[in-house]
Amino acid sequence: MCVIAALGIAGLAGCSSPTSTAPASTTAPAAAATDADKQWTMPNKNQSATRYSAVSEINTENVKNLKVAWSFSTGVLRGHEGEPLVVGNTMFVHTPFPNIVYALDLSKEGAPVKWKYVPKQDPAVIPIACCDTVNRGVTYANGKIFLNQLDTNTVALDAETGKELWKVKQGDYKQGQTVTSAPMVIKDKVISGISGGEFGVRGFVTANDINTGKQIWRMYSTGPEAEVGFPGSVETWKGEEWKRGGGTTWGWYSYDPELDLFYYGTGNPGSWNPDQRPGDNKYSMTIFARNPDTGKAAWAYQKTPHDAWDYDGINENVLVDVNVNGQMRKVLVNFDRNGFSYMLDRKTGELLQANPFVHVNWAKGVDLKTGKPIEDPEKRTSATKNTKDICPSAMGGKNQQPVSYSPRTGFFYVPTNNLCMDYEGVQVKYQAGQPYVGAIVVSKPGPGGNRGEFIAWDPSAGKKVWGIKEELSAWGGALSTAGDVVFYGTMEGWLKAVHAKTGDVLWKFKTPSGIIGNPMTYVGPDGKQYIAVLSGVGGWSGIGVAADMSLEDPTAGLGAIGAFKDLANFSNQGGVLTVFSLP
Amino acid sequence: LVCLTLACPGIVFGQAKPLRVCSDPENMPFSNQKLEGFENRIASLMAKELGTTVSYVWWGQRRGFIRNTMNATLQEGRCDVVIGVPEGYDLVSTTPPYYRSTYVFVYPKGKGISVKSLDDPSLKKLKIGVHLLGDDYTNPPPVHELSKRGVVDNVVGFNTFYSAENPPSTIIDAVASGKVNLAIVWGPIAGYYAARQKVPLELVPVPSGQGDLPFAFNISMGVKKGDEALKARVDNVRRQRSAEITAILKEYGVPLMDAGRTHTK
Repeated sequence: MCVIAALGIAGLAGCSSPTSTAPASTTAPAAAATDADKQWTMPNKNQSATRYSAVSEINTENVKNLKVAWSFSTGVLRGHEGEPLVVGNTMFVHTPFPNIVYALDLSKEGAPVKWKYVPKQDPAVIPIACCDTVNRGVTYANGKIFLNQLDTNTVALDAETGKELWKVKQGDYKQGQTVTSAPMVIKDKVISGISGGEFGVRGFVTANDINTGKQIWRMYSTGPEAEVGFPGSVETWKGEEWKRGGGTTWGWYSYDPELDLFYYGTGNPGSWNPDQRPGDNKYSMTIFARNPDTGKAAWAYQKTPHDAWDYDGINENVLVDVNVNGQMRKVLVNFDRNGFSYMLDRKTGELLQANPFVHVNWAKGVDLKTGKPIEDPEKRTSATKNTKDICPSAMGGKNQQPVSYSPRTGFFYVPTNNLCMDYEGVQVKYQAGQPYVGAIVVSKPGPGGNRGEFIAWDPSAGKKVWGIKEELSAWGGALSTAGDVVFYGTMEGWLKAVHAKTGDVLWKFKTPSGIIGNPMTYVGPDGKQYIAVLSGVGGWSGIGVAADMSLEDPTAGLGAIGAFKDLANFSNQGGVLTVFSLP
Repeated sequence: LVCLTLACPGIVFGQAKPLRVCSDPENMPFSNQKLEGFENRIASLMAKELGTTVSYVWWGQRRGFIRNTMNATLQEGRCDVVIGVPEGYDLVSTTPPYYRSTYVFVYPKGKGISVKSLDDPSLKKLKIGVHLLGDDYTNPPPVHELSKRGVVDNVVGFNTFYSAENPPSTIIDAVASGKVNLAIVWGPIAGYYAARQKVPLELVPVPSGQGDLPFAFNISMGVKKGDEALKARVDNVRRQRSAEITAILKEYGVPLMDAGRTHTK
């Protein structure tokens, strides 16, 4: 199978040996890693977002010998999502607010700091961020590092010097707009999103010229065709409520250069309760396929119409070629918060498969003809009634932590949550001087009691192949390699290396704090393969530890405290990059 | 009564630690950085009684407010007391309430509107302004009760992210200018801004029907959980100075309900 990744920066190495996808027994021989493979220049490794590296020095036999090569404190306490980049001999490390960027010189012993960029941001932006002050990383293109700051500024830095080349404000944090996601460069444009759906922020994506910062286009998730780049939104809202329609864009991007389409997901509909926004509320909870030059959408598929659970549909769309009923198809695969794994034809948006990858009970399935979920009305929430045992919880079957796909095994490697929730409209709450009685959301472990599981998923069969149960949620991303080793981090702080085919745990190391970031790999100037990961617990799941929240309140942090009240027994806060290699 | 510094427990003469108040920098009539709000006034009164001064920790009062102020990670960032929270608000430890207010209907006087209940059939036709709280699908209780009654299409949301372009008065300004026919607003906000309009506005408490969510709430002061000593001192001032506190609330036009309760323990 040829992964589209190969058409991107990785060159054609990954495509040399087409195989069928389904059985774990078909294995392509490891192609020699190209120079592009040795680096890691964008958040999810390549434009297909596979997080697969063709580097194979570290393999299933020798990974047990992996040792810490060096480590680096980011100096920031809050939750560290995303991953560092490596371009040539330089590593770029980002932090949560205040969104520092460090350039580390890999050619020198101990990787000293080459430059450090500290943006000036008003601390008043901190309380606007919903779920900790995270940032999911920077991206690189044409000698520049691109950073999205929490206060919505997109910044281009000279990768060599750290000098600010341009800075563009995308939104206004005083209106609830923030940015936590990583940008993506497509051709000569940098694409950025926006966060703040819970405040009714109307989601959009923006393309800016990578050289000048000039805005090329902006397209919204909701509203008239001219502003969405696709018809059919306005009529799914009452009145003008699409103006506060949500559908924010805080996830990841992928790009198919052959079809010249990029893909991303939109979040939950605005701040009204579901009864107050009848209709499908398009295009919240939607996978968009857009042309990067015009912003116009080729298609849009809504996963959760008329959301009542906060199944914020921003998860990444991974571009792979998969055997579907005996036919190779160019598809995208999306493991959504709502618990379903979607497979769509990425040219047409045709829904090919939608299977639950975790325990799901809000819907019995998805009608492949209409694309609509077959809901259980008992599990639909309302502000005026209690709804118990909804699975998955608002935190999702999977949250923002990106999956990996190995063309060698044909499997996806998916960090999942095993969480369910209760909605109860009893608790007195308070905001902007106004008391009210809110639905409290209590997240709790799902069936089996473990709060997470790291699984291998066969996309052709649409089934789980193996799983490693985790005590806490698997909130960090995945990395797969040509050495058939898959890496992922746990909220306790373990970085684990597992066998790509069997799921056997081959090695693990306890990092200083819980891991909600994503492991990456590169080849250093010395020719050795390194594995790097940011630890530093926080994010939504770890907000209790990151923000020192009261553990007596199970509903704090939108139910995260209830689900993770014992996290402090495992992990304290603090951002550290740990880098590993073979001795 | 002026509290002599020496008589105040826990305070060393000449070195009284300031009373650290967690407060919203831009949310009149409650508080602002110019100290114009009624909560600023009550904070000053309290500090004076405790023989000290007020120092503020400013933070937008929305999700994460207590987390980032009273419970802040760094000791230096913390504050001791919130002047207004609902009684029983479980992120803090609350004193007995010092006032009770209610959500109210706000509409122009003498313009043919006389809504007194959420069951009034005219609510299906009037353009109704309400606040959007920005708390995942949860909004003021009358808004949920309107949707239960099928009043949906004619409801307009107002953002509570305040700024120069969107001051807290926006929703009441919209009633006065006719942008909406009627608004349903929390009492203290309605009372303060209605009194500042050129056209006379009617404020009518929203009655709770059977099975409805509550629309009236008791408001207390809050301290960090477990800080019973400070709570006792704060509550002492609340009781001793209740007449002055009530006078401040009345000066700001806060619709007070069940006045007897504001003076009980």
